[in-house]
Amino acid sequence: MTSIPLFHLLILSSLLFAIGFIGVVARKNTLFMLMSLEVMLNAVGVAFIGAGSVWQQADGQVMFILILTLAAAEVAVGLALLIRMQKKYRSLDIDVLNQMKG
Amino acid sequence: MNVLLASLPFYPFLSFLLLIVFGKKLSWRLAATISVSSMAISALVSAILLFELSATKNQVMTVNLWHWFELSNAMGSSDVNVRFYLDGLSAVMISVVTGVGFLIHLFAAIYMKSDANFSRFMAYMNLFIVAMLILVLADNLALLYLGWEGVGLCSFLLIGFWYQEPSNVLAARKAFIVTRIGDTSMAIGLLLLFNSFGQLNIEAVTVLAEQANSLSARTNAESADNIYWIALLLLGGAVGKSAQLPLQTWLPDAMAGPTPVSALIHAATMVTAGVYLIARMHGIFLLAPEVMNYVAWLGALTLLLAGIAALAQTDIKRVLAYSTMSQIGYMMLALGAGAWSAGVFHLMTHAFFKALLFLTAGAVIYALHHQQNLFKMGGLLKKLPFESSLFIIGLICLMALPGTSGFFSKEAIIAQLWSSDTAGPMLWWCAILGALLTSIYSCRLFFLGFLGKARFNENVQLEKSSLLRTSLIILALLSLFGGLIPLDLTLVFSSVMNLPLAQLTEPTWLHTVAIITPFIGMVFSWFYFKSYRIYHLASKEHILQPNNGRFVVFCRQGLGFDGLYKKLFIMPYQWLAQINKNDIFDQIMMLNSWYVGLWHDALVLVQNGSLRWYLAAFGLAIMLLLGVSLL
Repeated sequence: MTSIPLFHLLILSSLLFAIGFIGVVARKNTLFMLMSLEVMLNAVGVAFIGAGSVWQQADGQVMFILILTLAAAEVAVGLALLIRMQKKYRSLDIDVLNQMKG
Repeated sequence: MNVLLASLPFYPFLSFLLLIVFGKKLSWRLAATISVSSMAISALVSAILLFELSATKNQVMTVNLWHWFELSNAMGSSDVNVRFYLDGLSAVMISVVTGVGFLIHLFAAIYMKSDANFSRFMAYMNLFIVAMLILVLADNLALLYLGWEGVGLCSFLLIGFWYQEPSNVLAARKAFIVTRIGDTSMAIGLLLLFNSFGQLNIEAVTVLAEQANSLSARTNAESADNIYWIALLLLGGAVGKSAQLPLQTWLPDAMAGPTPVSALIHAATMVTAGVYLIARMHGIFLLAPEVMNYVAWLGALTLLLAGIAALAQTDIKRVLAYSTMSQIGYMMLALGAGAWSAGVFHLMTHAFFKALLFLTAGAVIYALHHQQNLFKMGGLLKKLPFESSLFIIGLICLMALPGTSGFFSKEAIIAQLWSSDTAGPMLWWCAILGALLTSIYSCRLFFLGFLGKARFNENVQLEKSSLLRTSLIILALLSLFGGLIPLDLTLVFSSVMNLPLAQLTEPTWLHTVAIITPFIGMVFSWFYFKSYRIYHLASKEHILQPNNGRFVVFCRQGLGFDGLYKKLFIMPYQWLAQINKNDIFDQIMMLNSWYVGLWHDALVLVQNGSLRWYLAAFGLAIMLLLGVSLL
């Protein structure tokens, strides 16, 4: 079994994270922003799994399970908010929610 | 310690306090009793003081009340005490202030009976007497200045007594501001005086000035210059208070006040404070003959100007106001010519007959339901014989017909003008011309108001109060026989007596001319104002109207001084105010606020409420931090 170097893993993880981040920043639709957030979480997950396999430790996988739980909870709350938002503003545009400007 | 002298100003003061504290709670009877009796006590005390004074050896009485403050400069320090000083000059003044003041209070108590703010009025009148007594009794110039400002304040309060009328308030403000210009000049004069003599005590300053004179210290150019400026600045104060030439515009407008106020403050007492000041500081003025000359010229010009203005007036009180101004011009002329005693004598007799004239005018105005326009009077001689006869007495004193008090005092002034060092024939002719004008405007006033047929429809409302009549009769007697009061001020003005005798010889016709001048004026007016004299209502087509030619209106408005000052001072000031409406200097301070506002606007842009922007900024910052920490 050929081992993948840690450096490559981290590049993959960073790229995924950047794609997710850009998705969050650039997208206006809140649903897509939530999905981009999932991408970012998974990028972190990849980094943990990769590190765990390189150093032969179980901690990385434990951490990933934690992240999955967190992601599930976050998506549940996020989607609930999304439905409320759709009901209240008839729109999923995040820029509608700018009432806290200075 | 002389208790009588010390307590003199405190009787009216006590009455003032009572009236101002209890105000409207007092009934008319009580308020009138308090204020008038306090004045009666003051007058009585002044009379006793006069007797005591004539019994003392050097005719000076002093009493030290308390130590006020201490002044010091490079030459040392001197005490300023609340100390009263009574000599011949201040004795004349206190007897005029309390005597005439008492009679006017008596009149005012009845005249103002129906006014809602009666006790406030009497309180101000009492306060005025207090301030005036402090002014004339002060032994140092600081205390004198206190009284000086006090009378100014009371004058302001009383001119604006009927403050619901905007024009009265304007007149009050004008009087206050114009006299304040003079007061400022006087305050500077006092500071300069203290700086050069190290003293504010009048006696000490007079002595120092005389020493300086006898030592012929005039070689010291700086000190001579100082004295010149001190005298000039003091003259500025006197000119403001006494309504003389550059600052005379406030007096005619001051007639907006109730008539007793005009009689007491703007004819008999306060306006003569300037004359008193110059007479009191004669030691200084003698050292500055140039300033004495200015005093004489200012007096002469004022008396001519006021005489001309009086000829064109339609309001009875304004005629009297201008005549007051002109009579004070005579006093100034006398002081400037060095005829100190004559000036003070005229001050006294003028106080009598001008108070009489004003009070009778007040009675006439009251009888005609507050009609002040001369062209709507007429025929009063038949309708109001009592008031008319008193008015005639006042007028003949004003015209200085032989035998009256005005004759003695005015002739005394005119007699000394010709040969005076600081006056001369030129000013003598001015005074004669002034006497001519006086008799002409007096006759015009009399013809318009009292002869002919009545030009009003209402019935006269007679006030038959015996108190009121008594006060008028006493004043009339004083006006007629006041000239017989022996006034010996030689001790006060002793330093004047060693002046060198004049070189000019007097022509013999001088006195004759001076005596017959009023008669010339009377004869002239008898013919010139014929239409005023024999006017009757029958000829409807010929309604008596004031001449409204351009020149007459110009004279009526006081020879355009108001307009001139408006153009010269008020309009430039308003122009500046207009320019500086946005407060240029404030703008400099506002730069700070503008700067803060700028940052506020910039930071508000950052807080736009858009989540994605926050996130982007957040990411950018993380990247920057990471980048910095890694590199």
